[in-house]
Formats: sequence, structure tokens, C-alpha cells
Amino acid sequence: MHETIWRKLFVVINSVFMLFMIVICLYPMLYVVFVSLSDSNLFAQYTGFLYKPLGFCLDSYAAVLKNPMIGIGYLNTIFIVVVGVSLNIILTVFGAYFLSRRDIVVKNAVMGIIVFTMFFSGGMIPTYLTVQNLHLTNTLWALILPSAISTYNLIIMRTSFTALPISLDEAATIDGAGHFRKLFYVILPLSKAIVAVMVLFYGVGHWNSWFNAAIYLNDKSLYPLQLVLREILLQNDSQNMLQGAGNVEDSMKIAETIKYAVIVVATVPILTVYPFLQKYFVKGVMVGALKG
Amino acid sequence: MKNKIQKNTYVSGGKGSFAARFASDLKVNRAAYIMIIPVLLFYIVFAYSPMYGVIIAFKDYDISTGILGSPWVGLANFKSFFSSMYFGRVLKNTLTISLCSILFGFPAPIILALLLNEVKHKWFLRTVQTITYLPHFISLVVICGMIKNFTAQDGIVNYIVEFFGGTRSTLLMNANAFVPIYIISDIWQGVGWGSIVYFAALTNVDSELYEACTLDGGGRIRQVFTVTLPGIMPTIMIMLILRLGSILGVGYEKIILLYNPTIFKTADVISTFVYRKGLVESDFGYATAVGLFNSLVNVIFLVGANLISRKLTETSLW
Repeated sequence: MHETIWRKLFVVINSVFMLFMIVICLYPMLYVVFVSLSDSNLFAQYTGFLYKPLGFCLDSYAAVLKNPMIGIGYLNTIFIVVVGVSLNIILTVFGAYFLSRRDIVVKNAVMGIIVFTMFFSGGMIPTYLTVQNLHLTNTLWALILPSAISTYNLIIMRTSFTALPISLDEAATIDGAGHFRKLFYVILPLSKAIVAVMVLFYGVGHWNSWFNAAIYLNDKSLYPLQLVLREILLQNDSQNMLQGAGNVEDSMKIAETIKYAVIVVATVPILTVYPFLQKYFVKGVMVGALKG
Repeated sequence: MKNKIQKNTYVSGGKGSFAARFASDLKVNRAAYIMIIPVLLFYIVFAYSPMYGVIIAFKDYDISTGILGSPWVGLANFKSFFSSMYFGRVLKNTLTISLCSILFGFPAPIILALLLNEVKHKWFLRTVQTITYLPHFISLVVICGMIKNFTAQDGIVNYIVEFFGGTRSTLLMNANAFVPIYIISDIWQGVGWGSIVYFAALTNVDSELYEACTLDGGGRIRQVFTVTLPGIMPTIMIMLILRLGSILGVGYEKIILLYNPTIFKTADVISTFVYRKGLVESDFGYATAVGLFNSLVNVIFLVGANLISRKLTETSLW
């Protein structure tokens, strides 16, 4: 009896805590959306929490969409994601297939060579110099080739391939299938889920990455979205977006709400697909964690 | 999670010297070797050739003469780092941020997973999970943009500070506020996603153990300490070893986005120092030496943590 009272109390407290977690995780994002839709004059005079937009005004979105850099950033990012992920998947699948073969003599040596790089790397400067020596700086390839394989993802995929029943492989061998045929007609059709996970992991990685772009690119027309965002959000460039937008004071005010609108514009693609893909993401983490 | 990553000792081809076995394997599995070529090429070019490039830490690197042509200087780069005024500062800051993030950031997802495990309504559980995973997918640039706006003089965080009787200030200009800002935003972004691993481990704990514990008269709290925690201990240890292996690997991308010279006193860490020395000031040899020092300390911590864990809990990476 004593126990159940405490139990009930715990359940209530725990539920309240979970609601608190929901609010903590969602509210900052909601706040951003509210500010982005607010009237910049009203917002400039307001401090405190928002529960709805202050007034309703789409001017900041209009300013964001009028800015050519946002469009350029989007296009560059889409190119990087499409080409980068394609390369990521091809190399990861090939590597994972090789490492999942039980019959290859040098498999463990190759595995060692690859895993070692997870724990020790040349570091920022030698990597930068390598990319520079390959004349990749100031091209989008500098953002694609150096991150062509994530060792962590490669190992997740290998684990997933290894878990497939060996009898399938034996049957394919008896049917006279070579390695490429086995990979494309036996293993990949059974690994759609893990390939989807990898597409998502790599895709989000490319979409969100900015550091390589910041160190390798000079030419603004090559900037991916995140670098454009950095200029606007962190290097206070949002006022430049408003050339000729009335007087200075007005543009100062709208510059604030523009920042929030930019965040929404850049984040919406990921957040809209996320709920539908969540189970795949989680699956990827579990494969990596449980079998790693 | 396996307690040990097993070495696969299965070898094909039976007897013969390694060279002979390799040669015949190359013939038999030629297509598989063709697949691994681009993969190995990637590792050679983008992982091993920078490792070779690390030798410039011992050289006075000059772009025009290249890695081989630059003169050797022995340990001069290291000496100049260890004796500089920056050494103490960046090491202290790196360790402070790293230890705080282990102290507060490491247990947070474990606690969340334990509490999530007690939520019995499936839909509520799913909702909480979906929403707490969400911040993980927001880009660092956006997160830092939000932090900067929220902690600005007229930002929402300052509204809370004022509400509790403090005075408004630009928090990112305040050296004492940097570590809390860094740690809290990290936990906010990572706690939900980090809990997945532990939650998965929790669902794998044998339910018979819980029944046995109840039969022995164990209450809920005792169950947590005698069944649940020991059940996920291997997972916790593996995650802790990996975390310790990057003890000096503080999230420099985030710091570079957030810091400014007024708060270098607490915000400048080894990696950001490497970034400024190497990529901003082009002092490549010196910056590489600092980076190498960083990597070596990380490797030592990883190996050490793995060794201790193997002795104490029989869980280890290798």
C-alpha cells in the first residue's frame, strides 16, 4: 500500500518532468517562429516571452527571400548534399561489403587501418594543407571529398551487412553470382532501411556543416547555406540585406526579426521531414550502439 | 552491446604463407578488392596523408618549399607552445569545459533514458522522444545564432535574469557566463538524442531479472540499482571510454561561432587556438604541434580509460 502511493506520486512527477522537457525543447523554436512573424516595430519595444506573434507581418520573410545569397546558399547546399551523399553511399556500401566478407584474407588488416583513423588523425592543419595541395580549395569538392566516408557510418553499415544470414551468400555463390551481383541483387535489396539511415545521416551532416566551407571557400558565390547564415546571424550582416529599405532606424529594427526569419527558412526543410524519418534515424543509432 | 568487439579469427584458404594466400585471394575475390580500392584511396589521401603531414610539427614549415623541403627544428614548436602564456590558459579552459561537460552532460541522457523507461503510455513516450530528439538536427550555426540573440542585452535569457533580480548584460561578453552557456546549450541539443542508446540498452534488460528482484522483496528503487543500472553498465562504460578519448576534443566549431576576444580568458581552447594560429595566422608548424599535443593526450586518455574499464568492469573497446 505504502509502495503504491509513492509509485503514483513518482508517475505524476515524472509526467510533469516529461511535459517540462517538451516545453524546454520546443519553446525556443516556437519563439523563433513567433518573432519571425512579428511586426518589427512592436518587437523592438517588447521584452519577455511570446505566446503568439506580436502583430502579424511577413516583411522579414520578404526581405529574406529577396536576398540573392539565400538562394545561392540553398543551391550550393543542395548540390553538396546530392553529390556528397551519392558519393558517401557508394563508398560506404563498397567498404561495408568488403569488410563484411568472412572469406577475405586481409579483411582484419583493412579494418584496422580504417578503425585507427577514428582514434587518431592528422588534425586540422595537416588536413587543411592536404586539401590545399590537391588544389581543392575554393571549390565545392573541398566540402565533398574530405568527408566522403564517415568511419562510424561505415562500421554501422558493415555490422548491418554482417547480420544478414550467411545462407543467402552461399546460395548466391552456388548460383554463380560474383561480388557485384551479390551486393546489388542480394545484399542491397535486403538493406534498404540501413541505406535510408545512411542517406539521412550523411544528408543531415552535409546540410548542417559549415566549418569546412568557412576554411576552404573564399568565393561567396560558392557559399553553402550555413555559411550565408553565419554571416547574417553571427557576423551581423542582416542590415546589408536591406539596402534602400527606408531609414536607418527602421532597418535596424527589421534586421532583428530578419535573423529569426532566416533561421526559420534554413531550418524548415529538416524539421518538416524529420517526424516522418525519425524511426530511421533512431534505428541507425541503435544498430551502431547495440552491435558496435 | 557486446562486451568486447571480437576479433574475427576466421581465415580462408587454409595453409600457405600469407603472401601466397593473399595472392590467391586477390584472384578469387578480385571484384571485392576493386570495391575497396576507392575506399582505401580515400583513407590514404584524407586520413593517412595528413597523419604524415604531422611531421611539420617538427619543422619550420614553409609553403613554398613544401613538407619535405622545410628545415627540421626538432621540438622547438612544442617548446615555444609550452612556454607561451597561452599554454596554461588554453589547457585550463579545455579541461574546464571538457570536465564540466562530462560531469553534467554525460549523466543527463542516462537519467532521461531511465525516466523515459518509466513512462507507460506509449503515445506519450513517443511524443516526448520525438520532441527531445528534435534539437539534435538543428544546425550548429542556427543554434549559435539563437544563443547569440537570446543572450543579447535585449534577449529572452536576459529577461529571465532580470525577472530574478539580476541586471541585463550581453552574456557572450561575460567571461564567467561562457562555460554555462556552452554546457547548457549542449545538453539542450544533445540530451534527447543521447538517450536513444541508453533507452535501447534498457529495453534489452532481461525482464526476468526484474521479476526475480520483485520476488526477493526488492522495491522499485532497489530494482534500479540492482537490475537496471547493472544491465546498462556496459553501454555506459563504452560511452564513457569514448567520451574520455576526446577529453581535449571540445566542440571547437561551436566555440569559434560563439566566442570573441573579450572572453578568450575562458572560451579559448586548444582547438580554437590551433585554428587561429594555423588558419588565421598561417603559423602552420606551430599550430600542427599544438594539434598533435592535443591528439596525443586524447589517445592516452582513451587507452587509459579502456585499460581501467577492462580491469574494473570487464567492458572495453578492444
